[in-house]
Amino acid sequence: MPPRSSDHCAAPLIFEQGALGRANRYVESGKPLETFLPHRLLRDDLPLPDNSELDVVRHFTRLSHRTFGIDTGFYPLGSCTMKYNPRVNDAMANLPGMRDLHPWTDDALAQGALQVMYELERSLSSLFGMAAFSLNPSAGAHAELTALLIAKRYFKELGQTRRDKVIVPDTAHGTNPASAAMCGFKVISLPSDARGRVSLAEIEKVLGDDTAVCMMTNPNTLGLFEDDIRRIAAAVHAVGGLMYYDGANANALMGNARPGDMGFDLMHLNLHKTFTIPHGGGGAGHGPVGVAAHLVEYLPTPVVAWQADPDADPSLAPSDRLRFRLDFDRPKSVGPVRSFWSNFAHAVRALSYIYANGAQGLTKVSQLAVLNANYLRVKIGEFLDIPYDEPCRHEFVASAAGLKKRTGVRALDLAKALLDRGYHAPTIYFPLLVPECLMFEPTETESKETLDGFVAALREIVQTAERDPEAVLAAPVTTVVGRIDETRAARYPNLRWRPRGEALQR
Amino acid sequence: MYTPHTQADIAAMLETIGVASLDDLIRVPDDVALKVPLDIVPALPEYQIARRFAHFAEKNSGARATSFLGAGAYRHYVPPAVAALAMRGEFLTAYTPYQAEVSQGYLQTIYEWQTYICLLTGMDIANASVYDGATALAEGAIMAINETGRTRLLVSRAVNPNYRAVLQTYCSGLDVAIDELPIAADGGTDCSGVAAAVADKNYAAVILQSPNFFGVVDTLPKAAGQAALASETVPIAVIAEAMALGALATPASWDAQIVVGEAQSFGNALAYGGPYVGFIAATEKHLRRIPGRLVGKTVDKHGEPAFTLTLQAREQHIRRERATSNICSNQAHCALIATIYLALLGSTGLRDVAALNLERSRELASAVGGIDGCELRFNGPFFNEFVVRLRRPVEEVLAALRTRHILGGVPLGRFYPEYADSMVMTATELTTTGEIASLTAALKEIMHAPALV
Repeated sequence: MPPRSSDHCAAPLIFEQGALGRANRYVESGKPLETFLPHRLLRDDLPLPDNSELDVVRHFTRLSHRTFGIDTGFYPLGSCTMKYNPRVNDAMANLPGMRDLHPWTDDALAQGALQVMYELERSLSSLFGMAAFSLNPSAGAHAELTALLIAKRYFKELGQTRRDKVIVPDTAHGTNPASAAMCGFKVISLPSDARGRVSLAEIEKVLGDDTAVCMMTNPNTLGLFEDDIRRIAAAVHAVGGLMYYDGANANALMGNARPGDMGFDLMHLNLHKTFTIPHGGGGAGHGPVGVAAHLVEYLPTPVVAWQADPDADPSLAPSDRLRFRLDFDRPKSVGPVRSFWSNFAHAVRALSYIYANGAQGLTKVSQLAVLNANYLRVKIGEFLDIPYDEPCRHEFVASAAGLKKRTGVRALDLAKALLDRGYHAPTIYFPLLVPECLMFEPTETESKETLDGFVAALREIVQTAERDPEAVLAAPVTTVVGRIDETRAARYPNLRWRPRGEALQR
Repeated sequence: MYTPHTQADIAAMLETIGVASLDDLIRVPDDVALKVPLDIVPALPEYQIARRFAHFAEKNSGARATSFLGAGAYRHYVPPAVAALAMRGEFLTAYTPYQAEVSQGYLQTIYEWQTYICLLTGMDIANASVYDGATALAEGAIMAINETGRTRLLVSRAVNPNYRAVLQTYCSGLDVAIDELPIAADGGTDCSGVAAAVADKNYAAVILQSPNFFGVVDTLPKAAGQAALASETVPIAVIAEAMALGALATPASWDAQIVVGEAQSFGNALAYGGPYVGFIAATEKHLRRIPGRLVGKTVDKHGEPAFTLTLQAREQHIRRERATSNICSNQAHCALIATIYLALLGSTGLRDVAALNLERSRELASAVGGIDGCELRFNGPFFNEFVVRLRRPVEEVLAALRTRHILGGVPLGRFYPEYADSMVMTATELTTTGEIASLTAALKEIMHAPALV
C-alpha cells in the first residue's frame, strides 16, 4: 500500500473545529436582537461553530483533495456525459451584469438576460427540431414531470381523461417511471428485444385508447440507435398517444438527427450533460423541456416573448433588434414549476458553449463522441464481453458476467479497481437487463492517449482478476477510505452531527 | 471545440473500429436523417464570446440599479473566500458521489449542509437539497399527503404566491385540493379557523411561511399547532429568507414537523432566479418519506469513519415508480456554497448579519413610512421586508423610480388584487443610508408631483 498522505486522515467536521467568538469581520457587530423584535420571537441559541477564515479555507481545500472531478481525471460514466466544463462559461455567468440581476427586475432593465434565454431557446429548438423550449425546469427529472403535466393537461383539454398509461422501456432511466407516478399515471414496462431495442410488435401489444405517453430515449441506454423509431412513433400517434424523448443521450445526435423529425412531441435536455454545465457534485442541473407545435400553449410560465424593436439600428445582429418580455399570461399553461424563471446562470453557460461551437462544431462534437465510444468498445471488447456487439453511439455496455463466473470478480470490483488507478468508474448495474453491466461513455473531449491509458489499466485489472482475483476484490486500496459499510449506513442512519450531550428525541 | 482529435487520431481510431469514415459511423436511417440547415447562433472564438456576453451583461442595467427588491430572492454580502473554495475544480466538476471512496470530501460537505439545516431549523433530519424553495414546498406537501393518505392542504394566503402556484402545479398531477387561510389585519395569517378546519381529519398539512411574503413573522399559534398535531395534520413551515433563521425562533418551537425553504441567501448569487437551493428538514418520524438524496456517516471496511449516500431505497433509481419522488439531482454545488458561507460566518457572523437586516429594514420603513402618500400597510413584526401602500398607482411610482435608477419594490397587485395599491420593499445589510436617502428624496418628489412620467 502506498504511503498515506495527510488527506488520508479523516477530516474533522467543521462542527468539531473553532471556538465561540473566533469570528470573521465581514459585517459590523449588530445591536442586540431584542432591540428590534420581542424576545418570544427570537431563538434561544445558534449553535454554529465560529472558525477563522484560514481554518475554513483549509477545511474545504482538504475536502476538495478528497473529491474526484473531471478536472482530476477521466470519468467514463455512462449516461452522464462527463465532458470538459470550459472555464469561459463560468466567467460569463459570473459577469456582474448576470450575477447581480434580481429576478424581479423589470423586463426593460433585464433585456440582456432575456436575450440570452431567447438565443438559447431558439438554438435548442432548431438543433432538436422542436417548436419551442421552456427553460424553466431545473433538471431532467423536473422536465419529465413538467412534460407529463403538459400531456395530462392536453388530454384533459381534449376530453380524453381515460388516458392514464405511460409506456416505459426496461432500459429507461429510473426517473421516467417515477415522474409518471408523480403525475398519477400508471406505468407499463416494455421489454427490449434481442437486439436491445424497443420492438414495434411489443409496443403494439400495449397500445390502446388508454395510452397517454410513450417515454423513450434514442440512442437508448445501451448506446444503440432505435432504428424503428418513426414506425414506433406512428403507432403511438395512431392510438392518440404522445411520444416523449428523454434527452439524456442527446450528445450522440447533434447535427445528425433530431427528435422532432423522429416523431417526438415532447422532450427534455440535460444541459449539464450535453452542454457542458458543471455537474457540481450532483446539481444544480438545467433541464429545458421542448414541445411540438400543438403543445406550445401548455408550456410552464413564464415564457420569453419577443417583438421587433422599431427603433433598432438595422445593422445590429438579428436578436439585438428585438424587445423581450416575460409572458405570464398563458391561459392553457400547466403553471409555474419553480420559484423563478430558470437556472439562468446555467443558461448563460450553455449558450456560451453553443457560441464556442456553432452548428458545425456541435455536429463534430457528436461525431467525435461516437468515435471515442466505438474506439473504446472495440478495445475493451478484446478482454470483456460486449453483449450488443455492433457499432454504438455515444456509449456502450460491457458485461463482467463471464469474468465473474471464472474468477468471482464482479462489475463492482472492476469499478473499484479503476479508482485505484486514478480513473473514475463507469456506470455499473445499469441498464438492468445486462448482467454485471458496465456502461462506458467517454465523451468527445478525451484524447486518444487518455482512452489508450484507460484501456491499458482496465486490461491489466482484468488480467489480474484472471490470475489473482483477491487482489481485485480488495480494491480500492489507494483511496482515502476502503469499501464502505452501506448496510450499517442504512440500518443505523447517522445523517447529521449533534452537539455534545444532545440526545436524539424520539 | 474542446475536442483534442487530430486528423491522424481520427484515421487511426477509424481503422481500429473498422469503419471507413466518421459519416459511416454516425449514419442513421434515412427517414430520420437531418435534412434542414440548423438555425443556431454562430461560432465565435473565445475572445469574441467574452465580448458578446459583456454586451448582454451591459443591457442588464437593473443589475447596477439601487435595489429594494426581495420577495423570495435576496442581495447579501458574499465573502470572496466562498467562490475561491466552491469553484475549485474538484468540487465544480464532480458527479454525484455514488463512488464514495473517491467522493469523501464532497460527501462530508453534504453531511455538514444537512447538519447546518438541522441546527438552523430545529429539525432532526435534512436532505441533501432540492431545486429551490417552491419545489421544496411541493415535495414537503407530498410527504404529508403520502404519510396521511389525505388529499387536501390548508395553506396560508401569505405564503409566497410563486410557491403556492408551483404547489398548485404539482397538485394538479395528483388531484390534491388546496384551501386557503386568510390574511389578518396585521399581515400575519388568520389562524382562528385552523382548529375547526383540521378537526375532521381531512387535511394532510397546514402550511405557513415565516417571515411571510409580506415580511411578517408568522407562526402557528400554540392552540392551532396542538389541534393540528391532535388530528395528525402535519404543520409545515416555509422559510423563503433563510437569513431570518439567524435571529428568529426555530420553526420547531411553533410545532412545525416539516420545514421547507430556500437557502439562496447563504452565499448564492441572485443570477436572475437561479440556480438556487431548496431544503427539506423534518422530525425523525418522517425519515422514510423524505425525498431526494441523503448522506450518512458510517465506517469503511477497516472500521474508519466514512460517508456515503444512504437510504437509497426511497429513490427513483432503485424504486422507480414507487419512489418517494422523481427527483434525481440535488443542488449540491449551491448547497456547498451555502455550507462554506455558513462556515465562514459562524454563529457570530450570521447573528450580526441578521441584526443588520433588522436594523436597515427598520431604517427604510421609518424613512418611507414618514413620506406623505406612503404608508406601512401592516403592523406585524417583520424581518427585512414590509409592505408599503401608495397613494399613487404603484406601477407609475415604480416607473418613475426606475428613471432614477432605483428598483423600488415588488408590486403586489398581480398576486393580491386586494393589495393592488401596495408593494413589498426589502433592505439587507448591503442597503446603505445613502441609498435610503436617495429613495426617500425620489419618493417625496414623485408623491408630490402634479403628474407622473
